[in-house]
Amino acid sequence: MSATMEPAAHVSSAVRTDAPPAILLDKVNKWYGALHVLRDINLSVAQGERVVVCGPSGSGKSTMIRCINRLEQHQEGRIIVDNIELSDDLRSLDAIRREVGMVFQSFNLFPHLTILENCTLAPIWVRRMPKKEAEALAMDYLTRVKIPEQANKYPGQLSGGQQQRVAIARALCMKPKIMLFDEPTSALDPEMIKEVLDTMVMLADTGMTMICVTHEMGFARQVADRVVFMDRGEIVESGVPEQLFNDPKTERLKTFLSQILRGH
Amino acid sequence: MAEIAAEASAPRPLQDAVIGPRRPPLLAVGPVAWAKTNLFSSWLSTAVTLALGYLIIRWAMGFIDWAFVNAIWSVPVTNGQAQTQACRALNGTGACWAVVTEKHRFMLFGTYPYEEHWRPALCVLLFIGLYIVSAMRRFWRKELALIWIGTLALIGLLMWGGVFGLSYVPQERWGGLVITLILSTFGIALAFPLSILVALGRRSRLPAIKTLCILYVELIRGVPLISLLFMASVMFPLFLPEGINIDKLLRAQVAIILFAAAYLAEVVRGGLQALPRGQYEAADALGLGFWQKTGFIILPQALRLVIPPLVNTFIGMFKDTSLVLIIGIFDLLTAGKTAIVEPAWQGFGIEIYVTIGLIYFIFCFAMSRYSQGLEAELNQHRVR
Amino acid sequence: MSDTAADPRLLRAPPKKGIRLSWADEKLRGIVWQVLVVGVVVSILWWLVSNTSHNLEVRRIATGWGFLSREAGLPIGEHVIDYNPTNTYARALLVGVLNTLKVAVIGILLATVFGTLIGIARLSKNWLLSRIAATYIEVIRDLPLLLQLLFWYAILQGLPAPRQSLNPVTGVFLSNRGLKLPWIQWQDAHSFALLGLVAGIVATIFYARAARAKQMADGQPRKVWPLALGLILGLPLLIWAGLGAPFAGDIPALRGFNFQGGLTITPEYFALLLGLVMYTAAFIAEIVRAGIQSVARGQWEAAEALGLQRGRIMRLIVLPQALRVIIPPMTSQYLNLTKNSSLAVAIGYQDIVSISNTTLNQTGQAIEGIAIIMAVYLSISLSISLFMNWYNARIALVER
Repeated sequence: MSATMEPAAHVSSAVRTDAPPAILLDKVNKWYGALHVLRDINLSVAQGERVVVCGPSGSGKSTMIRCINRLEQHQEGRIIVDNIELSDDLRSLDAIRREVGMVFQSFNLFPHLTILENCTLAPIWVRRMPKKEAEALAMDYLTRVKIPEQANKYPGQLSGGQQQRVAIARALCMKPKIMLFDEPTSALDPEMIKEVLDTMVMLADTGMTMICVTHEMGFARQVADRVVFMDRGEIVESGVPEQLFNDPKTERLKTFLSQILRGH
Repeated sequence: MAEIAAEASAPRPLQDAVIGPRRPPLLAVGPVAWAKTNLFSSWLSTAVTLALGYLIIRWAMGFIDWAFVNAIWSVPVTNGQAQTQACRALNGTGACWAVVTEKHRFMLFGTYPYEEHWRPALCVLLFIGLYIVSAMRRFWRKELALIWIGTLALIGLLMWGGVFGLSYVPQERWGGLVITLILSTFGIALAFPLSILVALGRRSRLPAIKTLCILYVELIRGVPLISLLFMASVMFPLFLPEGINIDKLLRAQVAIILFAAAYLAEVVRGGLQALPRGQYEAADALGLGFWQKTGFIILPQALRLVIPPLVNTFIGMFKDTSLVLIIGIFDLLTAGKTAIVEPAWQGFGIEIYVTIGLIYFIFCFAMSRYSQGLEAELNQHRVR
Repeated sequence: MSDTAADPRLLRAPPKKGIRLSWADEKLRGIVWQVLVVGVVVSILWWLVSNTSHNLEVRRIATGWGFLSREAGLPIGEHVIDYNPTNTYARALLVGVLNTLKVAVIGILLATVFGTLIGIARLSKNWLLSRIAATYIEVIRDLPLLLQLLFWYAILQGLPAPRQSLNPVTGVFLSNRGLKLPWIQWQDAHSFALLGLVAGIVATIFYARAARAKQMADGQPRKVWPLALGLILGLPLLIWAGLGAPFAGDIPALRGFNFQGGLTITPEYFALLLGLVMYTAAFIAEIVRAGIQSVARGQWEAAEALGLQRGRIMRLIVLPQALRVIIPPMTSQYLNLTKNSSLAVAIGYQDIVSISNTTLNQTGQAIEGIAIIMAVYLSISLSISLFMNWYNARIALVER
């Protein structure tokens, strides 16, 4: 059982390899009915590490990261997040969801609440923060994602890029230790992708542990400590971005990369 | 770098040797797994399943006892008088289907001459055939209107008779299921064109026409159908010039048409509104006039959009024709209610109502299933 | 900052278009169409009115509202306000309106509760429960309401006579005379206790608001339910006990061929309420289901990912969004229930339709009788519409 990652030579300064891993997936398996969607997934993410997950659609990338905060349940294997093992125990679930923030492909902002209310909802009800404090915190993060002036508008009045930045701010307001990104730029128009990626780069620079499902290869090269390639429910290849993109070992990755490049 | 490439989650089978997908653990598929996730997923769910299961089995056994085991299917008739003592002796422990056996002709055809019952029976079949043809997409063409006109004319001919050697049967003697079908089918056939005009009127830019249509729709929708039927039965005679009298069935039919048109108009208006503006603009840009634009571009699309709610409105109208019972018109429900007025059969209402319910259910269920299927199909097209 | 007075776009007004006397002129065409349609409608109406007035004259039918102050002489079994047959038609009609409202208001409340429960059951993860709810909805919606009413009424009439009445719980009797329930002899203490209940509910609302405000200030959630329980249950009980806890049961008892005392629910009212509630609940269940399903899955997931608990997600995220979808169709179901209550006439419950109908048969004044029915329903429909529109606008404000 060699699931834990060996100390890596190429890691950014923020990665703490001495500490226990932030996320550990150990032989995780999942089925939808009879369809085997996750097959023996082993993945260990160190604290402060930035991992980019890529792969063709239907390869199980989203399912994998949705298992990490238990939006989906795995059926075999173990998932340990921040030293807490995911189980049916609701307390462990609550604890993990406080520590793990998530950003969705389709933003999923609450349309009936203002931007500010979207951001303060969870701090108030889950973190039990006084409203004033939660609002100050939210404004702080909205300023960091560069949209403080939109605080009193409703999600429907914002552009897609702005909405996604609000979604990032909303997740950050819970002060998570880990952030999951599920194709955050796939639903955006090209001119808006950059503003969201910039926000994510800025976040990466703060030393946040991140797992990001994305096809943005530029982003992967810029910030990822490691790229994981998934296909048909299994991790086929992983490594630092340069090595993986320039010297793919498997046919599957080669095919995938050529398709991606052609697409761009 | 090499270390990371050789890390545990890295590819062991470098040469793309795809590991065959494993089967899920035994408890994830199959009937056991199904039952576990859908019936016994938690203790609460288990308790609900057991309690409901018990109630259903008990109720079903009670129903089978009542409807089949203890039921009486026919009783002897002496001197034209049904001997219902056996039924009464059951004291409610079993159904007395004998009342249905005895009265089924009456319920289906009312007081139509007995030896001529084949005529309304044929009409019922014609109606059903008409519904089936209308439900098939292949026939959604202009010819469908001709088929409707032809069939309805044929039905009128069969019911009245008086030509081709058919004896004349006055309208007062019609009754039963065929009246229900006549009221609903003629009601829909005439209300539909009217509703399209009203819906177009309500979206018109001409204020007077718009106001008239709004007034009509909102007034009709604000009052119960009964009040319109009362109006038809007691006020219509006052409306017409002295000496002219139209029969009760026709008056009720007019009330039903006016009522149905108001509801249908709202459904059609929904379709007109749902159609993207671009369609109107494209038609205008092509230089089509109002009626060309409406007939060729707007209506064909708008009506298609609202077929499921239209069918639901039809179901509602079909059920609502039973209200003519209150003004004494002899439809299916009235016939059933009249059947148990006879002293021998008094108190066997439940059997009669269950039977009538079954007839209504068959018609409405078929329509609602059809509408659901169509909706799913149309949504699929929209997704693509 | 812009100087509006100098805005060049405001300097020149558009030219006024006149009407050309030509069929090609759009405006003229519009006017001709309108004159034509209105003319046809008005002339048809005028023809009908003139026929009617002529017929009324020929048949010597009186018109006008004079009959309202005449003695009605029609017996009414159920009345909310005092009534006897020597009262006027006006009062009889008022009794009818109140009877309609009695069945409509209680029917709307029960149908909402029952329909919501079925709608939620329809969404249950328990297959059996969900199937039963689906079957109920499908079967009920495919049967005419009138048939259902007659069916329930036949069942209630098929019940044994009072002497052999069903007695499931002590004091409760079900017979062909209706449902008999135990009640209490009403005294002042009970009225005060009822006032206490209302005060308790109001106080609870204020307390819950204050608790929420405090939570917003220091972040600590407060348990509202213990005090709410005390205020809503304890306060009325305390008042009642303080006034000497008077209690005298009014328990129905069989005397001769019928019952004495207790609360009576007549078979007519019972069958009508049962039929209306069961029928409307099936439609409401579908509305509730569609409303809850209309909230995208992503909303649940996003809220879950933020760590909110299920109950809170329902209350803070899902319900506010679902309600916006639910309220407009719910309004039309409430209107339908009210209009459908007019079927009361078929099973002999004396609502406004039934009493107007008797009135028009007795007086021969058909036009007035039907006008009354229509006016009553139009005003009820309008009031419900206005209220629901106001409520809808209020919760829609939350969105934008």
